[in-house]
Amino acid sequence: MIEISDLRKLYVMGEEQVAALAGVTLSIGRGENVAVIGPSGSGKSSLMNILGGLDRPSSGVYRFEGEEVGAFSDDELAEFRRRRIGFVFQSFQLLPRLTALQNVELPMIYAGLAPRERRDRAAEMLERVGLGPRMGHKPTQLSGGQQQRVAIARALANSPDLLLADEPTGALDTQTGHEVLALFKQLNREGLTLILVTHDHDVAASTDRRISFRDGLVVSDERGA
Amino acid sequence: MRSIELLRFATGAIIAHPMRSALTSLGVVIGVAAVVMMTSIGLGAQQRVTSTIAGLGSNLIIVSPGASRGGAGGGGGGFVMGAAGSGQSLKDADAEAIAKQVENVVAVAPVVRGQAQLTADGANWNSRIEGVTPDYLLARDLSIASGRMFDEREARQGRKVVVIGQTVARELWGDLDPVGRRVRVRSVPFEVIGVLESKGQSSFGQDQDDVLLGPLEAVRSRIVGRRARGDTVQTIYVKAVDADSLDRVQEDVVNLLREQHRIRAGDDDDFQTQNMASILQASQAAVATFTILLAAVAAVSLVVGGVGIMNIMLVAVTERTREIGLRMAVGAKRSQVLIQFALEAITLSLAGGLIGLLIGVLGAIAVAKLGSWPVAIPPWAGPIALGFSSLVGLVFGAYPSWRAARLDPIEALRRE
Repeated sequence: MIEISDLRKLYVMGEEQVAALAGVTLSIGRGENVAVIGPSGSGKSSLMNILGGLDRPSSGVYRFEGEEVGAFSDDELAEFRRRRIGFVFQSFQLLPRLTALQNVELPMIYAGLAPRERRDRAAEMLERVGLGPRMGHKPTQLSGGQQQRVAIARALANSPDLLLADEPTGALDTQTGHEVLALFKQLNREGLTLILVTHDHDVAASTDRRISFRDGLVVSDERGA
Repeated sequence: MRSIELLRFATGAIIAHPMRSALTSLGVVIGVAAVVMMTSIGLGAQQRVTSTIAGLGSNLIIVSPGASRGGAGGGGGGFVMGAAGSGQSLKDADAEAIAKQVENVVAVAPVVRGQAQLTADGANWNSRIEGVTPDYLLARDLSIASGRMFDEREARQGRKVVVIGQTVARELWGDLDPVGRRVRVRSVPFEVIGVLESKGQSSFGQDQDDVLLGPLEAVRSRIVGRRARGDTVQTIYVKAVDADSLDRVQEDVVNLLREQHRIRAGDDDDFQTQNMASILQASQAAVATFTILLAAVAAVSLVVGGVGIMNIMLVAVTERTREIGLRMAVGAKRSQVLIQFALEAITLSLAGGLIGLLIGVLGAIAVAKLGSWPVAIPPWAGPIALGFSSLVGLVFGAYPSWRAARLDPIEALRRE
C-alpha cells in the first residue's frame, strides 16, 4: 500500500542543512501493524508527517496505493488526509468547545455528510471504542484514556485506509495505555492498517513489525511478535 | 462540504465567547448607529429647509430694495428674507411695470410690512401686518380658511379690511369666529373679512400664522406710512408660470427694473432679486455638505470598529492555532479555514451593524421626539448600514483569516 524510496527531508537551521530523513526506502502492506521506533530527532516524526500528508518530502518518492503523494497540491493533500488517513495524537487534539460526539463528527463535516448521517456514524464509532454512554460529554469531563478513545473514534470517522498514531499512549498511565493499545490491536485485526510512532519499546512490542530509526535512516526492520 | 457548515463553525465560535463577541461588535454598533443618526438628522434638516422655502411660495422671485452684490442677474447667494427693507427704491410703478411687461408671470405682489399692536374686544396682541394686493395669496401659495380675501377694488379704495392668520384669530378671539369683527391696529379700526389657512412654523421658528394682511394702500398710509414715502414698497413677489421659466423671468425683471430706475450700463443695481430655485439649491447644497461631514466623522468610528474586529480576530487565530492545525489534519482545505474565519469576522461586524441600525433608528426617533429637531430616516439607511458593516468585516477580517489559512498544520498542532 505504501511505497517509499530514497525519501529525504531537509531542514535549514541557520547556516547548516539538517537531514531529518536521509534516504529512507520502505514498503508497508495493507493490513500491517507497524511500529516506527527511535529516539527524538531520529526522523520518525518527519516520516509520519510525510506519510500522513501533512508535509512534503524534499526529494524521493512516496506512493500511496500507486498515487504519487509527494506531487500533490495543498488541496489534494487536504483531500488525501480526509479520505485516506486517520490521525491519533499524543495530546488528543480534541476541540474543547465540542462534545465527544461533535468532535467525532468534525471530519465528516468536511467530507460533506448530511447532519443525520454523520451523527449516526459518530455514535457508532464511539460505541465501537467503548464510549457510547459518554458521547454528550465535553473533553474536560473525560479522563485521558477516554479522550484518546474519542480521538480514535474521530480518526475512524471517514473510514481511512491508514491509521497514524503519534505516541498515542504518551500522555496516559500504563493501564489505560495498554487498553488503548489493545483497542488498536483489535482494529488491526478487523483489517485496518496501523502505523504507530513511538520511542517506547514496550509499546512497540505490541505490534507485528518494528522499524527502528536513527539519524534519519532505517537501522533495523524486525517482524514477528 | 456544504458552505452552511462553515457558517455554523463561525457562529459557534462567536457564541462560545458571548462577552468578547459583544465587545468586539460594539465598535461597529457605535459606528453604524452614529452614521444612521447623523444622516437622519441631516436629511431631516434638508427636508425642513426645502419645505420652508417651498412654503414661501413656489416658482417665486423676490425683489427687494438695496444694492445687489453682483450687478444684473445676481441673487443666488444670500438667504435674507424681507430683511433688506431699508432702501426705498422699489415703487408701485415697478410692480405694475413687471406685471404688464414681463412674460410668463402669473402674479406680481408688492408688499409693505410693519409691526403693530392689536386690540379687539378687550384682548391685546402684537403681530406683523402686511399691506398686499389680492394677488399676494397666489404668489405665496396661501389660501383662505373662512371668509374671503379683499378684492382689487377694495384694495384701490384703501378700505380698512384685514385677513388674519390663525394665531391672531386665536389670541384675540379664542374659539369665536373672527369674521365680521373689528380689530384696532395701532388704534386704526379694521374689519376682519377672512381667516388664512394655517401654514405652521417656519424652520426659523417664526410663526407664519401670526400675521394680518390688509390692502396695500390702507396699510401703507395708516400703519407703515409714517416712515415711508407714499409709493414705496418693501418687497415685490413675482411668481413665474413654472420652474423652467424662473431664470428667464428673473433676467427680464432685472433688465426692466434697471430701465425703470434709469441705471446706466456698468452701474450697480439699486435692488436685488432672489430666485427661490437657486436659494433652495444653495441651501440644500449647504445642508448636504454638512450632512456628509457629519456622516464622515461617524464613519471614522466605523473604521475604528473594524480595527477592533481585526484585533480580536488576530487574537482568535493565535488562540485557536491548534484547532486550525487539527481541522487541516482531518481534511480541511486552506480555503475552508480562510472562509470560516472570514465568516466569523463578517458575522461579528454584521451583527454589530444590525444592532447599530436599530439603535440609530431609535436614537433618531428619540431626537425627533425629545429635541423637536426634524429627523428623516433615509430609506436606504438599512441596506447601506448592513452593506457597510459586512464590508468592514470582510476588509478587516481578511488579514487574520489569511494568517489562519496559511498556518503550517505541523507547527499549528505542536503549538501549546
